[in-house]
This record gives sequence, structure tokens and C-alpha cells, in this order.
Amino acid sequence: MIAFIIRRLLASIPTLLAVLTLVFLLVRVVPGDPAIAILGDRATPETLAALRAELGLDRWIGAQYFDFLGHAILGDLGTSMVTHRPVWTEIAEALPHTIVLTLAAMAIGCLIGIPAGVWAALNRNGPVDVLTRLLSLLGLSFPVFVSGIFLLIVFALQLHLFPVIGNPRPGDWIDGLHKLVLPAVTLGVVMAAYVVRVTRSSMLQVLGEDYIRTARAKGVPRRAIIWRHGLSNALIPVVTVVGLYVGILIGNSVLTEIVFNRPGLGKVIVSALTKRDYTMLQGMMVIYCFLIVVVNLITDISYGFIDPRVKQ
Amino acid sequence: MTDVALSEPRSSWRVMAGRLLSDPVTLAGVILCAIVLAGALLAPWLAPRDPLEQNIIDRLAGPGSEYLLGTDQFGRDVLSRLLWGARISLLVSFLSIASAVVVGGAIGMVSGYIGGRFDLVTMQVMDVLLSFPSLILGMIMVALLGSSVTNLIIAISLTAIAPFARIARAPVLVIKERAFIEAGRALGFSHLRILLVHVLPNIVTDLLVMGTLWMATAVRTEASLSFIGLGVKPPTPTWGGMMRDGFENILDSAWLCIWPGLAILVLVLGLNLVGDGLCDVTDPKANAQ
Amino acid sequence: MSASHTLLEVRDLAKHFTVTKGFPRPVTTTVRAVDGVGFVVARGEAFGLVGESGCGKSTAARAVLGLIPPDAGHVRFAEIDVTGARGSMLQQLRRRMQIVFQDPYSSLNPRRTIGQALTEPLGVHGLARGRAARERAIALLEEVGLPPSAYDRHPHEFSGGQRQRVGIARALSVEPELIVADEPVSALDVSVQAQVLLLLKDLQTRRGLAFVFVSHDLGVVRWFCSRVAVMYLGRIVETGSVSSVFGAPRHPYTRMLRDASPIPDPAIRGQLPRIVGEIPSAANPPAGCHFHPRCPRASDLCRTAFPEWRADGDGAVACHHPED
Ligand SMILES: Nc1ncnc2c1ncn2[C@@H]1O[C@H](COP(=O)(O)OP(=O)(O)OP(=O)(O)O)[C@@H](O)[C@H]1O
Ligand code: SF4
Ligand SMILES: [Mg+2]
Repeated sequence: MIAFIIRRLLASIPTLLAVLTLVFLLVRVVPGDPAIAILGDRATPETLAALRAELGLDRWIGAQYFDFLGHAILGDLGTSMVTHRPVWTEIAEALPHTIVLTLAAMAIGCLIGIPAGVWAALNRNGPVDVLTRLLSLLGLSFPVFVSGIFLLIVFALQLHLFPVIGNPRPGDWIDGLHKLVLPAVTLGVVMAAYVVRVTRSSMLQVLGEDYIRTARAKGVPRRAIIWRHGLSNALIPVVTVVGLYVGILIGNSVLTEIVFNRPGLGKVIVSALTKRDYTMLQGMMVIYCFLIVVVNLITDISYGFIDPRVKQ
Repeated sequence: MTDVALSEPRSSWRVMAGRLLSDPVTLAGVILCAIVLAGALLAPWLAPRDPLEQNIIDRLAGPGSEYLLGTDQFGRDVLSRLLWGARISLLVSFLSIASAVVVGGAIGMVSGYIGGRFDLVTMQVMDVLLSFPSLILGMIMVALLGSSVTNLIIAISLTAIAPFARIARAPVLVIKERAFIEAGRALGFSHLRILLVHVLPNIVTDLLVMGTLWMATAVRTEASLSFIGLGVKPPTPTWGGMMRDGFENILDSAWLCIWPGLAILVLVLGLNLVGDGLCDVTDPKANAQ
Repeated sequence: MSASHTLLEVRDLAKHFTVTKGFPRPVTTTVRAVDGVGFVVARGEAFGLVGESGCGKSTAARAVLGLIPPDAGHVRFAEIDVTGARGSMLQQLRRRMQIVFQDPYSSLNPRRTIGQALTEPLGVHGLARGRAARERAIALLEEVGLPPSAYDRHPHEFSGGQRQRVGIARALSVEPELIVADEPVSALDVSVQAQVLLLLKDLQTRRGLAFVFVSHDLGVVRWFCSRVAVMYLGRIVETGSVSSVFGAPRHPYTRMLRDASPIPDPAIRGQLPRIVGEIPSAANPPAGCHFHPRCPRASDLCRTAFPEWRADGDGAVACHHPED
């Protein structure tokens, strides 16, 4: 198992390098001079040149690339062009909020999605199945900012069950939890919609396999078949999808954080975008990619735990 | 995949369309899409007012007989803005996915056909693109390119190229092993001819089905970008932009968020229902079940 | 055989595949699918290539047509170097030699009508367009024994034998001088095999076509071909006229093949073959004579030294201890 983890770790290095390269290219190759973008059209040539020098834009592109790569690998993401604080500090302050939100959403997604998917599979083409299909499609159709605002209108503005502003008081974890509910549900519902669909189809496939039929013929109780034999095998693709979905979840967390006015990476990136904070943006992208590579890694490893074939 | 890719020709479009519309859920999707499409096409005639016309006296008026769905903070008619906004949603999502289908499909098809190391590297690049959260990629692209309709289309299509490359490539790997491809080469057909005449028709269905589903995603992405303030510039009406304006007045005028939210939902849900139905109809495995 | 008589000349042809398999520790093996094959086919001659499954017949056939680049050796068609041909030269060669595939199901594009399949090559080579192309296609259909109504139909409306006729018509559309037929009847029902073979034979005499006829069925090769080469693990082990090779096999493998194949006449049928061991793989051929693990005549010499070619009469054999 350890060997497997190490192997996967090594295998993710090229991906990470490729991602860093892509990030670098994305920021540079896109037409337009960042200096003009930051200072505006009316900036004098002198101030533009000064800014270019400050950003290192006047140097040979290869040198910029290796500089960026070297610093990124050492964890040095530079200094924000707007706040003049280290990018890493800004991100480190916001990251925990986003991670908590994402984990809560994943938990909600799995807790709703897996049982509902199994239920739908067991009632294939029945009313439950059709209803689940419709609801999951509905869940998939909501852009999170729409579902977030709708939840906000119903539960905060009308029913006054939750606060409108989601900024938790530091140290007060009950308040934090209370304010986490709506954002986490917003994100979790979309996740649940994905999980339902995958669980259903993978469960259907597993239930059709020979060994399940054999177990049934041998008189193993239905409940045992479903939970012990069926679900444990059906979960393998679900894990992959959960892993894949984290990318979407991270993207959607941006919108959720804006709607609920929560601190997190989302607010950081939006302000970096609107203020054209290039170093910040670059840093954010590196962090996002790193998160995704890590999640893929975790997915692969948990895959190894569920699917005995991978370990060997 | 093999069977999908090489299903017998024209499983008769008419039969397929019939089966598609006989499913009430899919039919509902078709109707939802048709409503939005009609609204967009007929906006100049259906819209009661000019979507840009400001009536400061009537600002934030509630839904009523004067303004069917109310007015926004500048006193602009919400219904008219919704109808005109449908145009942006449809235009941006359709064109961005159409270009993603063409570019991504071409990349995947050529990559799978050539195979070997080239394929390996191309797909590695696609995987990197795929692993990047598409909304964030879209946000960054728009921020860097500047927000215009064209740039929005470029940014959104970029986020969808990788999935289409993957979708196009998988069946090509199967098809290119079939003897009729080799027969074509033996007959002196160019690679371009083999790709366009013999490979492409076999993957077109897959691409169209996924295109429908991805158009739903593109509608969401466009709305999300506009909501963040990275979409088509105001005062052009967009659904996401209307939500953004409404959100600022959410404490007293919640309907400003509800109407555009429902509009987005109707279009995305419609596209998802149609795409889901198409998936079922074109996938022989699902049919067998 | 004089040069002008020779249509196809294959010399020292080799094609190796490297296959990398396995994760964590990938193992790369080299499959010597074709390992030094040479033969000559005269104009209008039917030349047979026989051997067990996996011995490299198809690979050799594809290399002859220039569909895969060989690793070594060369192929000359009517004095033109096939392996080095590019552009218009290659295009011209494609017209002059054609292939008929084993599997009539995968050899036709399921989405194209029979008419499209037949007229497409005509268009590509500028032979005929529009109405003229249609007329030629219908003439071709008639020539292979299909009704003109087949023109507008799709492959799935036809049986295997009919599809194979379409495949043959498609190969004929560009009026080739040589057809490489890679097991053209082995995927068909026995009852249909004979009809398709008769068609091919008829075309050969009527059009003066040369054939490279690949098969593992000795009976078919015996009937169809005038000369034959027997392949074993990527090499030719015996060659000569059909009557001498099958009438009096000199290589023990040829004898084994002949004795194993169901030849209608029981009088010439020998004892059942001695199957000793499995068919060795081309990925890991045994040292010395590749055939020695299965050979009843194997000696110590056979286990170490590779047997050289020995010409005798119109044939040749690669064996240390050939039968007489
Ligand atoms: N593209 C390839 N990559 C790797 N190995 C290959 C490839 N093509 C053929 N081989 C191998 O080369 C050997 C010869 O294959 P080939 O298809 O030429 O045999 P064959 O005599 O035509 O067999 P059959 O009678 O089954 O058609 C086989 O061991 C096969 O596995
Ligand atoms: S060389 Fe030896 S082993 Fe090979 S076929 Fe001849 S007798 Fe048999
Ligand atoms: Mg073969």
C-alpha cells in the first residue's frame, strides 16, 4: 500500500509541472499588457516601464518561467500587487474556510446521494426512480448562486431561520456551524445530484452481475446482498466521481462564498480578478491545481482501499 | 462504446425522434427549451418595453399590471429584460459549445487517430485542462481577455474543449482498428478523407448528445460569470447580471432575483432533460435495460 | 522467372512489434511478427501464404501493400519500390494492388451504402464521377454476382458472403493487377466459401489478376494457388509449387500441417499429427530452428543452429533434416 501511495505521488509530479506551466502560459500568452491592464490606458510610459520591471515582465520569458517554477515549488508565490502582503498569507487565511465548506458539502452530498441512488436502483423504473431522476436533474440544473439566493430568500429572509450574512464570528464554533448550514446545503445539493446518478447506475450494473445472482440463488438475504455485496462494489465508481466533482465543487464554492458573503478563496480570487492582481491570480491558480492534484491522489488511494485489485 | 460508435446507420432519425418525444420527461425538456427559444427570438415583439429604458419614478416597482414582473433599481421593465437576456444566454452558450465541439472534437479525433506518443501528450494536456475547475478557468480567461460577447464565448468554449476531446477520442480508438479504415488507406484515401468521411459520422451522435448536456453547463457558466460581474457588460440585459443587480436589493425586492433565477433554471433544466433523453435513446445499452 | 514476368518481389521483409505491458514494472517484449520473408509472384499467378494463426501472415500482407512500414527488407511491385513510395507514386501503387479482408463485417463502413463504398475509390482516383461512376459500380456488382439493387443498400442488409462480394467489388473498382486476399473465406459459412472462391478464381482467369492468397486452410490454397510458401513464426520454412509442397512435403512442419488439414481424399491423408507442446510465440521464439520443440526429427543441431535455405528444384526448404 505504501509503495502504491509513493508511486502515485511520483506520478502526480509531471501533472503538477504541466499545470504550473499551463498557469504560467495562461497569464502571459493571453493578449494584452498586464501593466496597461493594471494602470489603465492613460499611464505614462515611465510608470508602465517601472511596473513591468517590478513584475519582472521586462525579462526574457524563459527566465520568468524558471523563476516562477522555482519559487512555486518552494512554496513562494510572491507578493500581492494590491495589498503588498505575501500571496501565501492571504491564501492561508482564506483556505480553511473554503476547505470546511467543501468538506461539509461533500458530506451532505454523499449522505443524501448514496442512499437515494441505492433506493432508486432498487425501484428501477418505479415512481421513486422517476422522482429521483427528476430531482437529480433539477439539482444539476441550478447554478449554485441561484439555489443559494433562493435558499437565502426562503430560509433567511422569510423564515428567519438563518442569518443573511455568513461571516462567522471567530472562535464561536456554534455560530460558525449555524452559518455553515445554508452554504453547505447549497453546494451539497448539487453534489448529491451527481452522486445519486452515479450510485444508481453503478448499483444497477452490480446488481446485474453474476455473483449477485448466485448469492441470491443461494438464498442470501436480500438486505445482505444489497449492503454487503452490492453497495461495496457499486461505490467504486462513486468514489471516482466524488473525486472528479471536487473540481466543480471548488469552482462552485466561489459563487457560494459570494452569495453568503463568507470568507474563503472565492472572495480572494474575485477581488484579485477585479483588481487585476496578477501575482495573486497566479498564486490562486497554483493553489487550486495543487488542491485538485491532492484530491485526485486521495481518490486514487481510497480507490485502493475499496478495490482490492489496485493494491497488488 | 464499440456498439455505440458503430451502431447501424441512421437508426432512423424519425424512429429516434419518435422515441425521444414519447418520453414525457424529455418532452417536457423540449417544451422548456422551446419556450426560452421562442422568448429570445420573439423578444422584439413580445417585450412590452425597451429593456434599457429607465423610469426612475417607477424604480423597484413590484409585479403588477403596469410592469408584469416588476422593475429593477433603475426602473427598467424586468420582463423585457428577461426576454432580451435569453438571447445572450442562448447565443453565448450555443456558440461556445459549438466551437468546443468542433475544436475539442477535432483534437480528440486526430489525437486518437494518430495514436502513439502524440496521443499520449495531447491527452495529458487535456487532462490538465479537465482537472482545472472550469468556472475558475472561465473567470480567469474573461478577466484576462476582457469581457465582451466574443471573449465570453472563447472563455467558455475553452473550459469545454477537454471533455469533448475525450468524448471524441474514445470511439475513434475503436473505429480506427476496423478493417474498413485500412481498406480506405489501401484504396489511397487521404487521412483527411478517412477522418471526415469514415470516422466523423460514427462519432457525431455522441458529440451532439454531450453537446446538449454541455450547453446546459455553458448557460450556467455564462450566468455565473455575469453574476460575478465578469459577463457581458451592463446595461446589456443578461440573466446573471439581473441576478447581480437584484442581489444588491434582495432585502426589499426579492423578486428581482427570483425571475431571472427561474429563467436560468428553466433553460438549464430543459437542456438537461433533453440531453438525458438523448443519452437514453442513443445508447443501446440503456435501451436494452 | 524473367523480370518482366515478375509482378511482386518481396525480399528479407521484417516487421517487429514492441509491446509494453504491465504496471508498476512494465515489460517490453519484441514480437518478431515477420522476420526475413521473401517470395516472388508472377503476373497472373496465384501465390499462397499458409501457416498457423499468429505466424505473421497478415503482417506480411500489410507490409507488402505498404500499409505498415517494414523494419527491414524491401517490396517491389512492377519494378517500383513500394516501401519508399510517396505521394503520387504511392497513389498509383494503391490503384495497382488491392486487399480483400477476412472479416466481411468490419471491412465495410456500416454507415455508407454499397454504392458509396464502390464509387468513392473511383472518385478519389479520378476514374469516374457521377453517372459514369454509378454505372461502373453497378457493373462491378454484376461482376461479383450481386443485383444492381444492392447499390442503395447498407452493409447490414447483406449476409457475410454478400458483403465479402462487395469487398471484392470495391477492390476491383480501381482495376488492380494484384489482390492480396487475407483469409478471404475463412470467416464465411462453409457453404458460402466455395461460391466466393469460385468467384475469385473466375476473376483471376478473366481479369488476369495475380493473387497473394493468405490462408491457414491447406485445402483452399491447394485448390486456388499454383505456388505456395509455408510460414512458421515469422519465417518461410518451405516454398515451391503446390503439387510438390503438399504432395511431398520436405519440411516436417509442412507435413504436419498437411496431415492435420482435412483433405477430402482419404488416400493422401497421413497419420494424425503429433502435437507436441504448444505453438511457441513469436515474442519468444526458441533458439535454433523455431520448430524444433514440436519437430519429430529434431536433433541437437536443430536446437542450436538455424537451418539455412536449400533450394531444390522449383522449391526451397529451411530444415537441417528435410524429408525426401
Ligand atoms: N499492431 C501490433 N502490435 C503488436 N503485435 C502485433 C501487431 N500486429 C500483429 N502483432 C503480433 O504479430 C504476430 C503476427 O500477427 P499476424 O496478424 O500477422 O498473424 P496471422 O498469421 O495473420 O494470424 P491470424 O491467422 O490469426 O490472422 C502475432 O503474434 C500478433 O500478436
Ligand atoms: S531443422 Fe530440425 S527441428 Fe527444424 S524442422 Fe528441420 S528437422 Fe525439425
Ligand atoms: Mg491474419
